This record gives sequence, C-alpha cells and structure tokens, in this order.
Amino acid sequence: MGNLGLDRTLKLMIVDDSNIIRRRIERSQQIARLEVVGSASNGREALELFKRTSPDVVTMDLTMPEMDGIECVQQLVALNSKVLILVVSALADKATAVEAIEKGANGFLCKPFTDRQLNDALHQLLLDA
Amino acid sequence: MLKEAEIRTFVEGAMSYFEVSAQQAATVGSPYLVTDGNPGAYDYTGVIGISGARKGIVYFSAPRGMLAVLLMRMHETDTSDENIKDLVGEVANTISGNARRDFGRNFVISVPTIVSNDVDKVVAPYSKSYVIPINWRRHSAKLVVCLE
Repeated sequence: MGNLGLDRTLKLMIVDDSNIIRRRIERSQQIARLEVVGSASNGREALELFKRTSPDVVTMDLTMPEMDGIECVQQLVALNSKVLILVVSALADKATAVEAIEKGANGFLCKPFTDRQLNDALHQLLLDA
Repeated sequence: MLKEAEIRTFVEGAMSYFEVSAQQAATVGSPYLVTDGNPGAYDYTGVIGISGARKGIVYFSAPRGMLAVLLMRMHETDTSDENIKDLVGEVANTISGNARRDFGRNFVISVPTIVSNDVDKVVAPYSKSYVIPINWRRHSAKLVVCLE
C-alpha cells in the first residue's frame, strides 16, 4: 500500500445508478481504513464528486445513464492516475472486464455479490496497490 | 427455434440473484409455452430487449410482496416504490450480464426498461413465449423469454 500511505484513512467514492447497490456497498464495506466520502448515480456526477472529494478508492458500475462507467474510469484516471478503481458490474463477460482494466480499473467484481466478496475485492485492491 | 441452453442461461441469471443477494435460493417451477402473445406480468417487470444474433425480449416480473421481502433479506429497510423498481432492474441486469457472458457480444442486450403497476404495458413482440416460474419463499415470479 505504498502509494496510499500506511497510516491514514482512505476515502471511498461509490458510483452506481442503483440506489440499493450504493447503500449496500456503503453498509457492507468493513475495511477499517475506508471512509465513504460520497456516492454518485452516473459518470457525470461522479466526476464532479471526484473533483470535490479526491477519493483514493472508487467502486464503479459500468451501465449507467449520462456517462457510462468505462468512460468515467478513463476520466478519473486522467485526473489522478493513482486512484484505485474497483468495477462492480453485472456485465460478467471477460471482454468487458479486460476493457475496464485496460482503461485503468484495478479490479472487477461481478454483481450480484455477497458482503464477503465485496470486502475481499476491496481488500485485494488495497493489497495490490 | 429457442435452444434449451439459451433459456437456461436466462434462468441461471435470475436464480443467481436470489442465491447470492438474498443468500436464499429460489426454485424453478415447470416451464410452459404461451402461444397467444400474452404471457402476463406481475406488479413490477424488468424488460431486456435483445437484438443482433437473436431478436426479442426477456423479462423478469414479480409481485411487490416478493420484491419487498427480497429487499429486506438484503438488509434494505426502504421498500419504497423507487427501491422496488431499482431492485427489479438489478435482477434484469444480472440476467442480461449472464447472457452476455454466455452468448458474447453478438447478442446485443439493452439496458432494462422497468414497468410498474401497469401489466398492459408489458407486451410480447411474438405470439410464442416461454414462461419459467421462479418460486421463492411463498412468492412466485416469472421469467419470460420471447425470441424470434
């Protein structure tokens, strides 16, 4: 976790067009060092929130109105190349996952997910940083 | 002709939502064929449009009671109309994602359209539809596959 600092709290932004998924991620994530700083329901909102809150970690849906997740990943990485992005999507095909990683995402979690799968994916994301 | 494997992919998508999100598996009832163009719907329906190698629609339709309990199993206390529509859309998204994984990108799948409390708005594009009952706890939903 060298790039992120070992002793500070990390800021988490949640991006998903589903209110229940946003609330679920906020409720279920149990990584002690992660603090939710906000959530957005589409890529455009996410960009605004990202500029205001400078999160270290982002969970990102792919299929969203206004601006989809792939484009949003690209733009977030352009703003801060060190941001860690976990794509959380129902699009379970390998080509989509590869495309997201190529655009700058660091991990991929398929919907539906259990609380444990979410926390394992976030934990792995931080370990790999 | 609709292949059994294609139907199975859609069914697995719906089943996985219950098994993973609610941590309580659903069961599949006896599938049947509807030939009058009216496979029917419940209170809330998530409709996926399909084009490309196949054309038609697939939808997941469920009564409010089932979806409210499903939300509560997911520790969501807000069972408002908005959240119920959100949930039925997520189930449809999961079905869609499963199909894309199994069929690839030749199978073009739209973002789900949600229809609530207006059964007449759920229209099958062809006369024949396969209806697969999805039973969970005391409730029944249906998965409808209507492809050319």
